[in-house]
Amino acid sequence: MSFFPFNIRHEFFEKNALLLVLGTLVVVAVGGLVEIVPLFTIETTVEHVHGMRPYSPLELRGRDIYIREGCYLCHSQQVRALRDEVERYGHYSLAAESMYDHPFQWGSKRIGPDLARVGGKYSNDWQYAHLINAQSMVPESLMPHYAFLAETKLRLDDLELRMRANRAVGVPYTDDDIAHAREDLLTQADPQADTKGLLSRYVRANSVPGNGPPTELDALVAYLQVLGTLVDFANTNAETLHQ
Amino acid sequence: MTDLPPAPASAAMAVALPAPDYNEEVVRKFVIASVFWGVVAFLVGVYIATELAWPQFNLGLSFLNFGRLRPVHTSAAIFAFGGSALIGSSLHIVQRTCRTRLFGGDALANFIFWGYQFFIVMAALSYVMGFSQSKEYAEPEWHIDLWLTIVWVCYALVFVGTLMKRKEPHIYVANWFLLAFILTVAMLHIGNNLAMPISVYAAKSYSLFSGVQDAMVQWWYGHNAVGFFLTAGFLGMMYYFIPKAANRPVYSYRLSIVHFWSLIFLYIWAGPHHLHWTSLPDWTQTLGMAFSVMLWMPSWGGMINGLMTLSGAWDKLRTDPALRFSVTAVGFYGMSTFEGPLMSVRDVNALSHYTDWTIGHVHSGALGWVAFISFGALYYLVPVLWKQPDIYSRRLIAWHYWIATLGIVLYITSMWVAGIMQGLMWRAYDQFGFLQYTFTETVAAVHPYYVIRMLGGVLFLLGALIMVYNMVRTIRGDVAKPALEGPTGYAPAVGD
Repeated sequence: MSFFPFNIRHEFFEKNALLLVLGTLVVVAVGGLVEIVPLFTIETTVEHVHGMRPYSPLELRGRDIYIREGCYLCHSQQVRALRDEVERYGHYSLAAESMYDHPFQWGSKRIGPDLARVGGKYSNDWQYAHLINAQSMVPESLMPHYAFLAETKLRLDDLELRMRANRAVGVPYTDDDIAHAREDLLTQADPQADTKGLLSRYVRANSVPGNGPPTELDALVAYLQVLGTLVDFANTNAETLHQ
Repeated sequence: MTDLPPAPASAAMAVALPAPDYNEEVVRKFVIASVFWGVVAFLVGVYIATELAWPQFNLGLSFLNFGRLRPVHTSAAIFAFGGSALIGSSLHIVQRTCRTRLFGGDALANFIFWGYQFFIVMAALSYVMGFSQSKEYAEPEWHIDLWLTIVWVCYALVFVGTLMKRKEPHIYVANWFLLAFILTVAMLHIGNNLAMPISVYAAKSYSLFSGVQDAMVQWWYGHNAVGFFLTAGFLGMMYYFIPKAANRPVYSYRLSIVHFWSLIFLYIWAGPHHLHWTSLPDWTQTLGMAFSVMLWMPSWGGMINGLMTLSGAWDKLRTDPALRFSVTAVGFYGMSTFEGPLMSVRDVNALSHYTDWTIGHVHSGALGWVAFISFGALYYLVPVLWKQPDIYSRRLIAWHYWIATLGIVLYITSMWVAGIMQGLMWRAYDQFGFLQYTFTETVAAVHPYYVIRMLGGVLFLLGALIMVYNMVRTIRGDVAKPALEGPTGYAPAVGD
């Protein structure tokens, strides 16, 4: 008596390597297709909210450094929809808030606190001091020292290449944005500069108190200070946030 | 299903035939590489555990910072140690069970070895120099990914080619799992590493996907790196080395069929359990949770199939400490594959996620299952490949076994305590309804457990160094005389 109503002859797979290859490929493809493809096709997967914009050139470079140094290994950027997290970190994270993040930085471990809404939470001065020597600000901290970032000049020659690559994968940088990339970057790292052009392209871009040619630390602080500050939550409601 | 063919496991029971001329040179190379990278992975692991216990050990040097060394540790453990053990033993298994020399010739086999080692060295150097895609377990940048793709395609060709020119009527069960591992890792590797380089001359690239879709693609990859690299591949090892060392056929042929197809089908769905309560839509989270819970069953089916293979040969655990590694590995596999579905339940995950519980879970799988099944295979392979009657010292294997086991116990228990404590402290409220603890207080609270974890790692490393000594003495031919009980695993009478 067979368990199945028909006779499955597993022999077919065991005696034919190519059939086994084919069968395996089909079976392992299903789950991924069902879970991934609809995320690109269902309109509400990413909420439609006001305020999201691509990173300014300085913020983008800061983000590159955040990725390079492996910050995501200790810091998440994802406030989960749980009461204590919302009270500790702020509004739960929206899919829209990482829509320009190639790749995403949600993280998987909190050796340090979540950074999804760290922007504006501390002053620029605190961020500089903390990145250079975390224990000077938080004695219990396990964070490495990033003083070397303050001594490294930010590389600018490939800035446009980086923005173009982002545009190629879907970040809506305009030709105008790319043409003004270096100018915008230098402006944001100089508190004395005229920010009119910068702010017209990147609303709420915060200047960092750079000192001479921008360093990698300037870029990283600019990135941290924009995190979680862009969405206009005054203009969102349950309906806009429905996925 | 009454007309089932005889269990292919009976290959292990077949009459001795003259051994075909196998390519053992490439397997020997992978065995040495695996032992070497194992020590490197454990050493870097101990170092970064020390950094987490005492951050002064970062030394303010960019290339020694935790953030750059952590991918070195994970890649060395998964891809260098585990990968070399897997590829090496798969090339051994596929030749023996197909009774034929590797397809594609020795040059191609050599290319797979050196190409793969080149990938490992390039990846590790790129991390410390500051190149990373920031996708966990897929950190290498695009040019290294392309190189790995070439090596992997050659590996797949050799493996499938050998299956096709086999001299056995059936493809043995270990090869099903190894094949699924090779094919699925190829699919995942290509899917998750799609990226736009900023220039063909620059290492930097940006992921093709962003935000929520990128997160889903990453954990589709990430969880199935666990499912196919660290599980299906090593199950292939289990299905060969345990029957060999125990000299028994696989317990149930039918169970191995159910195990295989259900495991590979269900695993792929489990990724979203890494993204519970996040901005990933609820329907995807629910699918991930449901399939993760279902995954418990084939996992335990496989565990039962592995353990019950020892029916009638349990006494060997007393005399063969290498087999003890393999069997304990299957026990840890059972434990981790129960803990995993538990942690994938959304409400458990609310507590466990982002804490050290996850780290403990990963290491009960990585140390208890992956490393132990590899140690069992390596102790079996070394005398076979270097034509020695036995391993140099069984007593040293037993020392390795107990020291490593103690190390794992320290590691996972300290991480359970640290993780559950973190989770509870993060969500604790005081009598006035305010959050009771600052984040900083939770960091200070786990310090003692980070020290214990580091000590567990030191023990595990110490065990591996004992293994290195034992293997060097074996390879040098310092094996005194065949032991009374018969050689470790190596049983020429069963069809080598």
